[in-house]
Formats: sequence, C-alpha cells, structure tokens
Amino acid sequence: MSDPQTEAESGRKIRVVVAKPGLDGHDRGAKIIARALRDAGMEVIYTGLHQTPEQIAATVIQEDADAVGLSILSGAHMTLVPKVVELLREQGVDDVLITVGGTIPAEDAPELKKLGIAEVFTPGASTDEIVEFIRGAVAERMAS
Amino acid sequence: MAVEPGARRRTHEWLQEVYSKQAEREAPFETISGHEVKPLYTGEDLGEWDPERDLGFPGEHPYTRGVYPSMYRGRLWTMRQFAGFGTAEETNERFRYLLDHGQTGLSTAFDMPTLMGLDSDHARSLGEVGLEGVAIDTLDDVIDLFHGIPLDRVTTSMTINAPAAILLAFYVCAAEEQGVPPEALGGTIQTDILKEYIAQKEWCFPIEPALRLVTDMVGWCSRGMPRWHPISISGYHIREAGSTAQQELAFTLKDGFTYVESALERGLDVDAFAPRLSFFFNAHIDFFEEIAKYRAARRIWAREIRDTYGARREESLRMRFHTQTAGVSLTAQQPLVNIVRTAIEALAGVLGGTQSLHTNSFDEALALPTEEAVRVALRTQQVIAHETGVTNTVDPLGGSYFVEALTDEMERSAYEYFARIDELGGMVEAIKRGFPQREIADASFRYQQEVDSRKRIVVGVNEYRLADEEELEIHRPDPAIERKQTGRLSATRTKRDSGAVERALAALKRAASTEGENLMPYFLDAARARASEGEMVAALQEVFGSYTEQPVF
Repeated sequence: MSDPQTEAESGRKIRVVVAKPGLDGHDRGAKIIARALRDAGMEVIYTGLHQTPEQIAATVIQEDADAVGLSILSGAHMTLVPKVVELLREQGVDDVLITVGGTIPAEDAPELKKLGIAEVFTPGASTDEIVEFIRGAVAERMAS
Repeated sequence: MAVEPGARRRTHEWLQEVYSKQAEREAPFETISGHEVKPLYTGEDLGEWDPERDLGFPGEHPYTRGVYPSMYRGRLWTMRQFAGFGTAEETNERFRYLLDHGQTGLSTAFDMPTLMGLDSDHARSLGEVGLEGVAIDTLDDVIDLFHGIPLDRVTTSMTINAPAAILLAFYVCAAEEQGVPPEALGGTIQTDILKEYIAQKEWCFPIEPALRLVTDMVGWCSRGMPRWHPISISGYHIREAGSTAQQELAFTLKDGFTYVESALERGLDVDAFAPRLSFFFNAHIDFFEEIAKYRAARRIWAREIRDTYGARREESLRMRFHTQTAGVSLTAQQPLVNIVRTAIEALAGVLGGTQSLHTNSFDEALALPTEEAVRVALRTQQVIAHETGVTNTVDPLGGSYFVEALTDEMERSAYEYFARIDELGGMVEAIKRGFPQREIADASFRYQQEVDSRKRIVVGVNEYRLADEEELEIHRPDPAIERKQTGRLSATRTKRDSGAVERALAALKRAASTEGENLMPYFLDAARARASEGEMVAALQEVFGSYTEQPVF
C-alpha cells in the first residue's frame, strides 16, 4: 500500500537511510524510527550498527536517498555528524535531508543546524512528529 | 493452596454483583509489559499454588522469598554506583568520591572503544574516547584506575563483555602490582556475550569463539579465583533495548542455561562453577511486575540447576543478582521527576530481594551524571535502607495474592519462551535467526506506539508537560580526553619491550588456534608485557574472525 502523500513528484516513495554512526549499540530508537517510517509508506534502508561516516555516505549515495537520519547515543555526535556532512558535500551531495536523533544536549543543536542538519530529535520526540517532519521537509526540497 | 468452595463463590459473586456495577477509568489495566491485571486477586488466582513447594522459607529451596535466611536484617544490599569517564585517573577520583560518600563497592563503566576491543588511537575510536566510560588500553591504565584503592578490601564490578577475559587479565595483573593474589580478589565481570548479540550489540568475534572465551574464564576462575564472579548474566540490556519483563526474564535465564551447558561440555563440575554465576536485572517502573520477575527468576534457576543440570550444593541453587533502575524509563523532560521514578524502581529491587543495586541519576537521559546527581541517586538507596523500614522483615510481600499470582504467571511465560527457543535449536541458533532480537523489536515498537497514541501516560512527555523546560547543568566531557589517552598509550608503547609483546601475541594466536587450550594464561602474559587490548583483540580476530549483524526491525 502506498500513501499518496509520501510519493515525490516523480511518483516514487520517499527513500530514507536510517544510520547508526559510531560504536554505540543503542539501536532501540533507530529501529523504532525505521519501522515507523516504513509503516508511513517510505522506503527505509537501515544500515545496522557501528557504521563509519564513510560507510554511511556511501549508502546514502548508493541508495539515492532523499533523507538520512543519524542516531547517536554515545556523545560522539559533534565528531561524527560533521564528518558525514563533509563526506556527502565532498561527493557533491547537497540535496539530501539530514536529521539527527539521540541524547544530544540542547546547546549542541544550534551548532548541528549551522552545519546544515535540518532537525535534531531528542528523547521524548514522538514517531508521528518525526514522520511528519521528514515528509514535509522532503516535499519542500522537491518543490524547490 | 486449598480454597474453600464458599470463598471461591464469594469472589466470583463479588466480581459479578458488586464490582461489575462500578465505573472504571479509561486506562489500560495491564502491566507495562502488556500483561492484563485483574481488579482483585484472591486465593482463587493461585490455583495449584503450594506455599511449601512454591514459596518455602528464605534461604531455602526454591528461594522465592530470597537467597539468604536473614536477608537485609543480616546485611544490607551492596550500594554500587556504576561510574567511569575520561582517563583512568579521572575515574579513580570519582571512585574515591563514591567510597568517601558511603558506597560499598566499585563498578566500572568502560568507553565504547574499550567495549568493542579497539585502542584509543584506532580510526574507529575517533570522537568516542572516554565519553561513555573510562578509556582503557593497557595494564598501565588499570593500575592507575585502582591506584590507592586496596583491591583485597573492595569488591569491583566491571561491565565489559566481548573483551572481558582481557580486562580480567589486566585486573589480576594490577592487583599483582599491589601484592594482592587472584584468590583474594572479590567482584564481578559481566562477560555475558549472548545478551550482546541479543541486545547491547558490543561484540568482537563470532558467537562460538566468543562462547569459548566465556568458558575459558569460567574454568580459570573456578580454579584460581574463589571470590570472583566470572559472569553476570544480564537482563538489564535486554530490557533497555525495549523488551518486556517476561522477555527479560526468559532470555536471561536461557542465556544462563547456555553458559552452564557450555561449561558442562568442557567437563567442568556444575557445583564447581554454578555458585560463582551471578545475575543482573533491570528495575523498571511497573512495581509489582518487577518484584514478581525477581521472585520467579530465583525459583526457576534453583529448580533447573538442581533438576536439569544436577547441582547438589545449596550455593549452586542460589540466584544472586545485581539490580539497576531503568535508564529507559528516564525522561529528558522535567528531569528532577526521574528521582521519583528511580526511587520507586529501587524499592522494587529491594522488595524483590536484590544483592546489590545501582540507582540511576536524574540527568542521565541528557548526559553522563554530574556529581550532585550521583549523590542524590546514592542517597535514594540510603533512604530506602535506613528510613523506610522495608528492610525490617524478609520478603514483606510474600503471600500477597497478587504478587504470588504474578510470580506464577511470570514463570509460565518464561517456560513458554524456553520451549520456543528450544524448538529453534537452543539460544545460539535462536540468536542467529534473530528470534530474541525480533521479539524485543516488536515489544519496543508496540510500547512506543502506546506512548505516541497516549494510551500510556509518561509524565512530562505526553502529559503534564511544561511549555518551557528549564535547562539543566550537565556533565560536559573534557575535550582533551582523546589527546590525553592516546598520549598515555603511546608512552606505554615507547617504554615496553616490543619483542616481548610480539612473542606474547604470537603465543596467544597459537593458543587460540588450538582447540581446548585455555586462553587466560596467554592474556595474563600479554598484559604483563604491556600488549594493548586492541592488539590482543586484533590478534584473536585473525584466528576467530569478526561479527556482523543482520539487523531486524
């Protein structure tokens, strides 16, 4: 079943990579989000655990993703997120929506946004909120 | 228990004639795990329950009421706060702070690279060194970690799994430097690798060689470290990954049986190692369900170790466990409310008969805890121990219709899972097929949907929210940690005898390729030569290979 709202202009489903950069094994959140996005009609690619920034950038490019959600609970976000962004830019990818989720201290969110992260989701964010955000932001990017 | 026909009729009549005419709130009358709870429990709910067989006395089979006769009247539980961050020197300071404030045992948290068997200067360690725990690379780090703490007078818990044997070797050698022999060391190392593949996901090797390492340690400790617990069979992380209480109980016990079977296959005597196995459970927010879980766990373990695995010593049957309050129940919103959650969870652990307890700090949904937050968490345990009076009698909830019925139901659910796992060919096969992983993912998704749809209220998250959250002072890691730690590692590398390191690593690899060779003595030699953890793991991976998960969501 496909939800008409999730289909882009080209008629295809929104493609989202859910990625776990770094060494932490806390994948409860990533898996819940992956499933919620899939249930909302999106095409979800979950990378699995312990991914290097290089592996994540390669997956985003290979999967021709519209969005990538990075889930980090180890505190390494200020090292790993900029690295993923940089690798994507280096390879000429600047239209992919990037979001970050996890235990991210409030004061780090503005810095991540300065790097081009579209949104930072912290503990307590609902799956509906995340689905709506990705749907809206991807549609906006397609329209522009 | 015999129930008089008259009494049975009365309960039934009361439900029909009285209760059914009452209005009920719109609320899910079920535990957090989705187990239905009735309006009233009476003797009728206990069915074939036999207090002599199913309850017994404290310190006696089946240990439902506790593993020791006097429980907290004899000795309080060990208050053991998990700590670790930065370099060994910084964690050593936190350890001394906790000991000065009345903590009675140490518990070490390691950083992610240490848990994954990577040195601090490895490319994959970038950004992770010393963040979620203390960074350990060589024996020199462990010597500094316990500097000034007499290792024959404290008990230490080390939360590490895939490379546990290497960390134990470091610990034994650090004690050696203090003049303390292995037989005088008391404590626990987690070593529970099966739950890593199921839930926590910090691994180094494929499952079979990882199990061999566990069995090597169990064998070595059963001969030379009589006060040491070489495995802490852990449900904590299974629960944190989103499982139900029933799954936590069943998967943990089944992991435990798998370790027992592996040791028996190695020719070890069950009564030689079973007394040194310990457990580690979560204390979640559903108060009675948690208490029932601990009581059922003790009863199942005692029965199976005796009847299925042939243990004869009383000590083999006693399930001793550590408890930690549920990190997953803490909220980033209105974080002070977490003190209340933690207190209730800790009380469940105590009423469930725990041997040691860690209470989480209120700021842990945001970052590692500050010193103030850690102190409040420890004080919470001290209030329960000294002010509430709950320690005055053993198993105060024993005989409660509700608690006994829940305990029975918990036990039944565990046996249902055991049967399903056996059908798949045992726990190792079940893990390879993603069975426990899928069960947990389903449970955690279901729970999240219930929170999102507000079927379940989480205070401060989907109800009773504040428009403006106050910002909390949080622990910020020292940005210089990585540089400091890689500096420490290179200092050790410079001063060590590199020929000796190469010889020790070559011997380790040879032993790893030899079936039946216990690797512990080789780890000790390599540790003394100042081989790093990462070097030992890499050497073993050349023989054993590594592990990649097929993710299930």
